[in-house]
This record gives sequence, structure tokens and C-alpha cells, in this order.
Amino acid sequence: MKTFAYRTATGLADGLEPGAVFLAGGTNLVDLMKLGVATPDVLVDVNKLPMSEVGELPGGGVRIGSSVRNSDLAADQRVRTAYPVLSQALLAGASGQLRNMATTGGNLLQRTRCRYFMDATMPCNKHRPGSGCPARDGDHRNLAILGGSPACVATHPSDMAVALAALDAVVQLDGPTGQRSVPVTELYRLPGDTPDRDTVLEHGELITAVDLPALPFATRSAYRKARDRASYAFAVGSVAAAIDIQDGLVSDVRLAFGAVAPKPWRAFAAEAALRGQPATREHFMAAADVELRDARPLRDNAYKLPLIRNLTVSVLEGLAGEVTR
Amino acid sequence: MRLTVNGAQHHLVGLDPRTTLLDALRERLHLTGAKNGCDHGQCGACTVLLDGRRVNSCLILAITQQDAEITTVEGLGHKGEPHPVQQGFLDHDGFQCGYCTPGQICSAVGMLDEVGKGWPSAATSDGDDLLSDAEIRERMSGNLCRCAAYPNMVPAIRQAAGR
Repeated sequence: MKTFAYRTATGLADGLEPGAVFLAGGTNLVDLMKLGVATPDVLVDVNKLPMSEVGELPGGGVRIGSSVRNSDLAADQRVRTAYPVLSQALLAGASGQLRNMATTGGNLLQRTRCRYFMDATMPCNKHRPGSGCPARDGDHRNLAILGGSPACVATHPSDMAVALAALDAVVQLDGPTGQRSVPVTELYRLPGDTPDRDTVLEHGELITAVDLPALPFATRSAYRKARDRASYAFAVGSVAAAIDIQDGLVSDVRLAFGAVAPKPWRAFAAEAALRGQPATREHFMAAADVELRDARPLRDNAYKLPLIRNLTVSVLEGLAGEVTR
Repeated sequence: MRLTVNGAQHHLVGLDPRTTLLDALRERLHLTGAKNGCDHGQCGACTVLLDGRRVNSCLILAITQQDAEITTVEGLGHKGEPHPVQQGFLDHDGFQCGYCTPGQICSAVGMLDEVGKGWPSAATSDGDDLLSDAEIRERMSGNLCRCAAYPNMVPAIRQAAGR
């Protein structure tokens, strides 16, 4: 591991130093430092900053402090009742130990687990811009079918972020140019020619909180994840969904796909295709296909198309069954 | 810098900021219960309790934990009087080679505390027994055992919970 200076953050200014990186739960950052992929000059520990509360927002909704641990958030009774998809997504991720460490802000900012990115000795446009991408012709079984570019086909690994994208969550940022709010769906950049930048965050900007707007029908929401073993593995595909059905018709729906793109993939086209339609298997399947129309699978990951289609149908059918019961 | 481990305060002089909590425990304090399995948070052999919560000590920098109460497997139970989870592993033969066992035991202690608080898991449905076989397996999935002694760990843990 490269040497670094360690500081406990007392305020945001501590993150402005060149080469400074914020440390929260460390579950991904410390690992990347061991691997030589992350090489901060200064590690600024934000765990003492007051960002560890879950509170209610005026007008409904919930504000999640950036340092709230994944396990505490998954167990939060307000989240379990009003946004079950979020609790389920958190519990589908990592292990009991890692969820006790990982934070809300850190989970959003974790890096891809693409094997070439994780290996400092390999070319990778994300960890060494301009060095090339071996994944397109190499091991890309779990990489992107949507949103990739010739320079990068990495997937974002978070489960939590998929639920947050479906819920229209808003990230609160604070930094050198002041405070701003960014929807989770706009937090991530698609790779294009500059895959080294995952998000729109500027140097020194810190996620202070994540807001969940009121979404009454999210009490009927769910997350379903497919992976290579029953537990403690990253998704090969996942779906977060919430649906509101009135008289057999879809009056509103939220849908997001995980492990298919460089960001949690909000399925806006599928949602538009579903609104006003009968809440049936055929329409759920057709909506998934609308979203997947632009997919560009690689040699070894076309299996994600039927996987996502089937996950979408099973999640929505499950929720529709709950509604009619 | 200081570390509070199993109730005792230690002062570590000249510790490199790169030192993980696991390495500080093993190499400086000679508490070799927590094991270095994968060193990347993928196996759970390094599990310890931080203020009572189970964590992977291989992914934590020691310098960040100067205010925490750290408990390792050496701090569970007393001589001749094992912790109920340790007794459960003995009674049910919950191990083979033993390398992953300290991590399994610390993880189970933390897990039973989580169950006591009513925390859900990915295996939880409303009204479920939070210590069913499926629940214990899911909740312990962060601890791998290459001897695959899993079947005996499930009743070991249930016994420790008083079931």
C-alpha cells in the first residue's frame, strides 16, 4: 500500500487538499488501496462528522445521513415499512460484517468490481486512462449490456443504489462551491471517453445525506437479485420495483435494473410503456423488452437480457399479486 | 496511538497508518485469534467485534479505531468457562481444521445480538423465526469454511441462543 497522511475530518475543508480522499466505512477504499488501485496522498476520515442519523423530511420522506451504516438502514422501521425495496436491496448485498461497516454515501461511491479495474497490473481505462480495455474481448461475463462505451463496459456493483434509483432518491452534496442536490439517477456519468470519472462529484465534494421523497405506493416495492451463489455475492442482474395498480391497470410504477450498466439503470422507457396498461405478465414482459431494446450485449453476457426480463416479470407479478390479495 | 482490546488499553508506538486492525491485533498485540484468510473482506476469518458489532478487521485501518471497544475471540468467555457460542461449537463439533473458527464465533456472537435487536436478513419474511436454519445460514454467509463444517455450526449457534 502506498503511504498516505491520515486526518480526522473536522469539516469539509479537510477534503480540499490535492490527493485527498474521504474515508467512510472503508470496505471498498481500503481494499483498493491494498490492491494499489487507489493511491490517496491524504486519507480524510469523515466518520466523526455528524451524518449518522435517519430522520423524517418535512412533507413526508426520509433523510438518510451519509454515514448511516447499511445494516442500520436496512433495519430502520420507517424504511422497512415505507420503502421495503431499499431494505431488501441492502440485505441482498455483502455480508453482515460488511453491512455493519459500509455507509450510505460510501456504498453509492464504491467502484466497479471489473477484474481488470481491480488489478493494477492490467490495462484499464478507469484506473489508468488511455491504457485500454481488455474486458471487451476478455472476461466480461458480468459487465454492462447498457450504457457502456468502447473505452469501458464496467458495471456499478451496488444493490442499494438500484433501489435508490427506483425511489427517485436525491443525493445532498456539500463542497468547495457550496451545497447542491443531485438525483441518484444523475449522480453517475456514463463512461464515454472518460471512464475514470464515475460520478459528477467534484474534488472535495462530500455526500452528506440521501433523501427519499414520499412515495406512498412504495409500500408495495421489492428487490430481486440473481447471483452465482445463494448469498454474499455481487449481482449478475437485479431489479428494483414499486407499482401502483388501480382496477387492474398500472397507474404508476418505478423500475430500475442493477448489474447491467455503469450506473443503476432506471428503466424510464419501461415505466412509460407500462403506465395505463393492464397489470399482466404480458405487459410486464413487453415493458422490459422496451427498456432492453438498446442493449448491446458482448460475447459472453447476452444471458442478461432474458435474466432481466424474467426478474422484471417475477418482481412485478409478485407485487401485483400482493395488491390483489 | 491507543487501542482498547478486550477491556485493556494498549499504546502502540510508531504504528504505520497503513496497518490494518487485523495486523495490529496479530503482529503488535500478539492476539492471533483473528485470522488473515483472504485479506480482502471476502472470507470472514478476521471477524472481530467493534463496539459489539461484527466487522472484518482486515478492511479497517487500526488508526481509525482509537475510540472503539474492540473484542476478539480471546475476549469471549473465561478460562474453563467458554462463551455460550464457544460451548455450542464444542458440543456440536462446529469445526474441522479450526482456522475459520475464531471468525465464525465472533461473527455468531455479533449475529445473535443483531437477531436480539430484531434486525431482518435477506431470508426474513414477516413473522418468521429469525433463527431458522435458513436464517442462520444467510446471516452467517460472511464467514466461509473450507472444511465445510457448516451443518454443525447451525445447531451450535442455535444452542448458544438458548433454543
